[in-house]
Amino acid sequence: MRILYFALLRERVGTAEETVSPPAEVKTVADLLAWLRSRSAGHEAALANAALVRVAVNQDYAGPDQPVQAGDEIAIFPPVTGG
Amino acid sequence: MTVRVQQQDFDTAAELDRLTAGQTRIGAAVTFSGLVRDFADTAPGSTQSMTLEHYPGMTERQLEAIVSEARQRWPLEDCLVIHRYGRLAPGDRIVLVITTSAHRQAAFEANAFLVDWLKTKAPFWKLEEHGGERRWVDAKESDDEAAARWQR
Repeated sequence: MRILYFALLRERVGTAEETVSPPAEVKTVADLLAWLRSRSAGHEAALANAALVRVAVNQDYAGPDQPVQAGDEIAIFPPVTGG
Repeated sequence: MTVRVQQQDFDTAAELDRLTAGQTRIGAAVTFSGLVRDFADTAPGSTQSMTLEHYPGMTERQLEAIVSEARQRWPLEDCLVIHRYGRLAPGDRIVLVITTSAHRQAAFEANAFLVDWLKTKAPFWKLEEHGGERRWVDAKESDDEAAARWQR
């Protein structure tokens, strides 16, 4: 599973991209975020405030209950500020 | 319909001409240009640069989805969205949205819809520099409210 981070969350995690193999009990976006938070202090700092975290699965916005699986491209980023 | 996400500048007049040339069914073309201003929440003149980061692939997909939605809701002849990324200076163009239709109301409304929605859905993030300090721009509630008025 490929994880991409953008903007402030990329800076807090300390990497733009990582490939992870979460355990089988990680089945949803919410499970994945909780599991990622345990990976480092940077991950924890980036993901602790759920209000500032948006997730896309395979380039479409995803809610906390959306399933995730091996092979997915998961992007994690703050609320967008374009335009 | 066209969506372009690019680093380079664009020529607003040339894009408008291209969209309307030889078209006799278009009665109205509405052009929105978004520019980098030199102040944010801080004092005027304080912003030195603005860098736009995006998510290649998803950004285009989201913009295309927003454009499709606009075309379903209003009788548009055509529509163009250009959004830049990279490092920009105050006064630079960031975004161009042109909508064309037989009548002005559809062109105006669809244009406002596109701008409101792209601000809340398209994955872009602004990083401002002022006085040697860098700061990621916070999302604005007022932008969410502007987009929400198009919910139905």
